[in-house]
Amino acid sequence: MNRRAFLRSLAATILRAGVFLGLSQAGAVRAAIENAGPEEKKRYGMAIDIDRCIGCGRCMEACKTENDVSREPFYFRTWVERYVIGEDESLTVQNLGMERYQVAEPINEWDVLRSFFVPKLCNQCEHPPCVQVCPVGATFSTEEGVVLIDSKRCIGCGYCIQACPYGARYLRPDTKTADKCNFCYHRITKGLLPACVEVCPTQARVFGDLNSRESPLTRFKRMKMIHVLKPYLNTEPKVFYANLDGLVR
Amino acid sequence: MKRLLPKIPEQIVRLSIVFILLIGAFSWIWLILPPSFKERKLQWAAATEREQSREVKYAGATICGACHVSEYNLKKTGYHQSLSCETCHGPAKAHTRNPVAVKPEIPQGRNFCPLCHAYDPSRPMGFPQINPVAHNPMKPCITCHNPHDPKPPQTPQSCTACHQSIMRAKAVSPHALLECTTCHTAPEAHRVDPLSAQVTKPSTREFCGQCHSKDSKVPGPPKINLASHHEKYLCWQCHYPHMPAVYR
Repeated sequence: MNRRAFLRSLAATILRAGVFLGLSQAGAVRAAIENAGPEEKKRYGMAIDIDRCIGCGRCMEACKTENDVSREPFYFRTWVERYVIGEDESLTVQNLGMERYQVAEPINEWDVLRSFFVPKLCNQCEHPPCVQVCPVGATFSTEEGVVLIDSKRCIGCGYCIQACPYGARYLRPDTKTADKCNFCYHRITKGLLPACVEVCPTQARVFGDLNSRESPLTRFKRMKMIHVLKPYLNTEPKVFYANLDGLVR
Repeated sequence: MKRLLPKIPEQIVRLSIVFILLIGAFSWIWLILPPSFKERKLQWAAATEREQSREVKYAGATICGACHVSEYNLKKTGYHQSLSCETCHGPAKAHTRNPVAVKPEIPQGRNFCPLCHAYDPSRPMGFPQINPVAHNPMKPCITCHNPHDPKPPQTPQSCTACHQSIMRAKAVSPHALLECTTCHTAPEAHRVDPLSAQVTKPSTREFCGQCHSKDSKVPGPPKINLASHHEKYLCWQCHYPHMPAVYR
């Protein structure tokens, strides 16, 4: 055997081994992905009735408990804003959690044209900007349309926090990874309601399956005038608001 | 080394080192790295599974009734029927696993109920609210109200027992001296079941016109011509009769 023949057979052996190993791996991967898919497709969404929110802050409290969010008043998966539109059309927005963890600052009702509470959370966009910008693929949409974060893959660069037009993301102080509302994914996949929906005393929050005609969410969307936050961004949020004021951003 | 491998030519040794390194690199990628590092879909499936397996802390609204039958049934018919037990009692999944050792909280002080029921102008109209400073100071709420079936402890004698925000506005308006019953008729049942027995509002323009029409004999109140002053509307559709700020 001369040198040329030896090198040629060596290269051929390596290629054959590579193709064989690669094929067997690809088969295993495909099988695992096919087995992981859910049988019936659900698409989760939430609706919020502004006219029912009393700003009691039970949702913020329950969310922090259920999801082990830091008790510091800067970290929220869901939060409630109080909008005060004055007689002079001036707009004041106050995050109930930021200012004083539970109770709203008193306001003088004589100066108020109208005032209301707006609960906010991750909108679980159909076209999420946060997923687009993640450089390591740590955030993704599940088949049910919920945007999740792989906290083991996240490098904490903060691009997604900047990209989110709704300010829904924050950097977890303990893990230094991005975090946000995921509709309490560990609860909804077991048939429970998200914690904020569970504790809301006035049923201002409604949760359900957008693919089901009978779900309370679909019924809510049928009965009410619906708006989403920042529709012009074409993110197609899956958090729907009823009786939302035009000044809410 | 040179004595052990005297016969193998130098170029073969070097080539085999490259070969061994290549084998090492490929087996690292194919055999040692977990599949979820190489396949995005697998990584996401693993993250989804990890997310699903997180601990549940709120047990849900229905499970409490399995043991606490009387409270559950009492709450079912009262004004708090739409509340979950855990809205007030806090997360109770641990309690369902170990009912003896873990007890959910029972908020008993005066600072819990006002989280929802303290007066706040941002709250929706009609939501039952009190002024915590003026409303039976120092008394815990549960001395008079049963939180599982909350209702006023005795039938309210006056409208202001519930409609305090209207009372405060009216007290400084030009209508301060008018009784509520001048304009509203309240069925007796409204005192015990306010939602199903509603109070009337003036339904004609002539009602307000008794004082505010230019033909009215009552001296003092501003007068308008009922025939030409926005005749399509009822008066209170534009003027809020309780609030002078809108009284322009």
